[in-house]
Amino acid sequence: MLAAWALVVAAAAPAPAGAVEGALSRDDALWLERVTYGLDSTTVQRFRELGRRRFLDEQLSARNDKLPADIQAQIDALEIEHTPVANLVVEEIAEQKRINGLGDDEMKKDARKARNELGRKFAYQATRRELLRAIYSPDQLKEQMVWFWLNHFSVFAQKGYVKFLAGDYVDRAIRPYALGHFRDLVLATLKHPAMLQYLDNAQNGANRINENYARELMELHTLGVDAGYSQKDVQELAHILTGVGIDTNHEPPRVGPRRENLVLREGLFEFNPNRHDFDDHVLLGQTIRGGGFDEVERAVDLLVKQPQCARFVSRKLAMFFVADDPPASLVDAMARTFQHSDGDIAAVLRTLFDSKEFEASLGKKFKDPMHYVVSSVRLAYDGKPVANLRPVVNWLDGQSEALFGHLTPDGYALTENAWASSGQMSRRFEIARAIGSGNAGLFSSEDGVKSSVTGFPKLSTRLYFDGIEPYLSKTTLAALDQATSPQEWNAFLLASPEFNYR
Amino acid sequence: MQRRQFLQLGASAAALPLAGISGRLFAAPVTSPRFLLVFLRGGYDCANMLVPYTSDFYYASRPNIAIARPAAAANAGALAPDAAASTASALALDSDWALAPALRDSIGPMFRNKEVAFVPFAGTDDLSRSHFETQDNIERGRPTAGKQDFSSGFMARLSSTLTGKAPAIAFTDALPLTFHGAGDIPNISLRAVGKPAFDERQSALLTSMYEGHHLQGAVSDGLQLRQHVAKEFEQEMNAANRGAINARGFAIEAQRIGKLMREQYRLGFVDIGGWDTHVNEGGAQGTLANNLDNLGRGLAALAQELGNEWKNTVVVVVSEFGRTFRENGNRGTDHGHGSVYWVLGGGIDGGRIAGEQVKVQASTLLQNRDFPVLNNYRGLLAGLYTRLWGLSSAQLETIFPGAQGVDLRMV
Repeated sequence: MLAAWALVVAAAAPAPAGAVEGALSRDDALWLERVTYGLDSTTVQRFRELGRRRFLDEQLSARNDKLPADIQAQIDALEIEHTPVANLVVEEIAEQKRINGLGDDEMKKDARKARNELGRKFAYQATRRELLRAIYSPDQLKEQMVWFWLNHFSVFAQKGYVKFLAGDYVDRAIRPYALGHFRDLVLATLKHPAMLQYLDNAQNGANRINENYARELMELHTLGVDAGYSQKDVQELAHILTGVGIDTNHEPPRVGPRRENLVLREGLFEFNPNRHDFDDHVLLGQTIRGGGFDEVERAVDLLVKQPQCARFVSRKLAMFFVADDPPASLVDAMARTFQHSDGDIAAVLRTLFDSKEFEASLGKKFKDPMHYVVSSVRLAYDGKPVANLRPVVNWLDGQSEALFGHLTPDGYALTENAWASSGQMSRRFEIARAIGSGNAGLFSSEDGVKSSVTGFPKLSTRLYFDGIEPYLSKTTLAALDQATSPQEWNAFLLASPEFNYR
Repeated sequence: MQRRQFLQLGASAAALPLAGISGRLFAAPVTSPRFLLVFLRGGYDCANMLVPYTSDFYYASRPNIAIARPAAAANAGALAPDAAASTASALALDSDWALAPALRDSIGPMFRNKEVAFVPFAGTDDLSRSHFETQDNIERGRPTAGKQDFSSGFMARLSSTLTGKAPAIAFTDALPLTFHGAGDIPNISLRAVGKPAFDERQSALLTSMYEGHHLQGAVSDGLQLRQHVAKEFEQEMNAANRGAINARGFAIEAQRIGKLMREQYRLGFVDIGGWDTHVNEGGAQGTLANNLDNLGRGLAALAQELGNEWKNTVVVVVSEFGRTFRENGNRGTDHGHGSVYWVLGGGIDGGRIAGEQVKVQASTLLQNRDFPVLNNYRGLLAGLYTRLWGLSSAQLETIFPGAQGVDLRMV
């Protein structure tokens, strides 16, 4: 009954001008699902124009990040786009100091609440901007990589003033290097105040060692936990990292003439020689001569040149794009590329996408909540600009995968068993229902932005018949046939096993 | 096995058979003790929970964050009621150890009733001091040395060993590693409960799409459990406005856990995060104190909700590691090793500090840094499980391969 309804809708939907007619092959549809955040008509169209090889070239070069005008206008209107982040942090510190000095507990409480709300607003805007880019950017592979690295170098917005820095962190430390060289990513995150605050290196000084960041830099960012380094290495690296911190005084530190030229300041980042331990240190069996910030750079070089680093990063990429337990042959090949190319991420990814292991894995990788929500919105609204991102943010929160929301520095898990338990499946189906039942408030105004369009989730369209139906199973089609309303049909499609894998 | 009337007292609770698709989820409860594992993720600072108040070294090591000695500590015998019950100083539990003031009202009375015991110098022999490595190590429950096996966790193996006797559940959004590998253990977070989204016809259709799929069990369990929990807490939801529920934070969640465990489940797991106090940890008050307060109130609420069944229940609170004994430069503590585990239950022989101990001083620290582990969690839990369920050594070997059960005579 409803299948007939769906067909009528599809027949009525005009094909975009210049489109090649006909459904994608099952393999192509699945390939495109994996290389992107999920299908929309623009992506399918571009794929038809270019074919796999050139489509992949374009995605790896990531030079096509032009957003639809409505979406770009939304981003341009965000306060976060126009507020210098250093001012925000300086103001936050001054305000917290002032609040601590308030005599009255009620006043303190109210003042803290106001500051928290302001911080939440900036963190929310950062999230909103990222989600708009993930849903609408033509550079779909790059958007996935931005999420991947943001998760790899994870920060938690609710710690201290990280909430004010989250947007800047993505834009300056992650985004420019998402398909670049791994070493640049490590150094950019190392110097960013969000990371310095989150993992406490801002507090790491020669006489007050804090080894939190040093440990995670080795364990989570570069080498992996079982890479053969010791507690002693962690301590040595912590000493090397002393003085790498945050400057919120707008005053250069007073340094003797001998070390004056070692002071380094970029925005809030500061290398303060007064807080640095200038001794030599032995890291992974190599002596790192004491020096200024160049000492830190040499330590990072040493870390990223380790074969363990190449393997660790390659394996994690393969977990994200291929399988929970990726084949060793693939990881080996990627690690070789990593080492030969000096950690060129695009080159490593090309090895991955060109592999037979990748081809064999299509349709078998469970979507984490981010992939699930973004692919759902891409399918349901197909490029139509939404005005309100709150529902999308809630769908992610509801599945415990909020951006900037992971408390501990290991980031979100990339494996199916972290997301597909009984409780999570029922939660996901509820979200499928929420996405499929109506516009969920996506087109009502947010922060004064009025939308010129309204929408209803249309899943049963040409896009569905061309790109989704080719890989639906008979049981899924049978269940869809028994839906009694378009809303229910939508919810069932989004809940189907095929749509939950990529 | 001396099981201290545990099983006899465990008269079967009201069975709530539910017409499910499989029926397996809501099998009628059997006469079995309950066991709930509470995991404090982040490595809580045990030395500011169970305070070694007679150690001058403790006070020298923590100039900013130490918790003041009990008000009348000098001549107080074990369990002497604190004359000046204050929120600023620790509550003496015996001649060496005192309780953080944040737990004075919640855990203090339970300790006096012998419903709580603490096991200091507890933990794993994994020395990585990495949160993730150590948490995984503990959840797996296998020997740290030798070939690693990631396929299952010890709670899953316990559940498989007790097949049919002890329905298991994780009260978490995701299924924790410790419950991986035993088929489909259901999970649902009880932090918030609401109405189910799908009726029975819709649930059946959704489940049908997963027929033959490896997620079939998860899908069918999830949909059923969701309906069931909504029914269970319907009254609570309706009563909320009448002030029936005034608990906050973990307390409300623990109360719900208590209800489900009282009626149906015998093995449970829940975790609480936020214990990684590198900076501004606080002492008698502050970040850690707030977390402890939240936890203590929750455990008290759990006990209350279980009612008569509290005496057939054992709760063990663990964390991946302790923290550095000395405070760091930021009034916090860094990753350490030995922890203090909690054992709670209405029928346990508590009111004491149990297990192997050493004097707290610089010379007994591990690597001059943190508490050593003298009571391995595998031995502790193996000993406890033996008493609770009368397991054979072959069964124990399955759950904790290579572990020697240590009997602390808690139950």
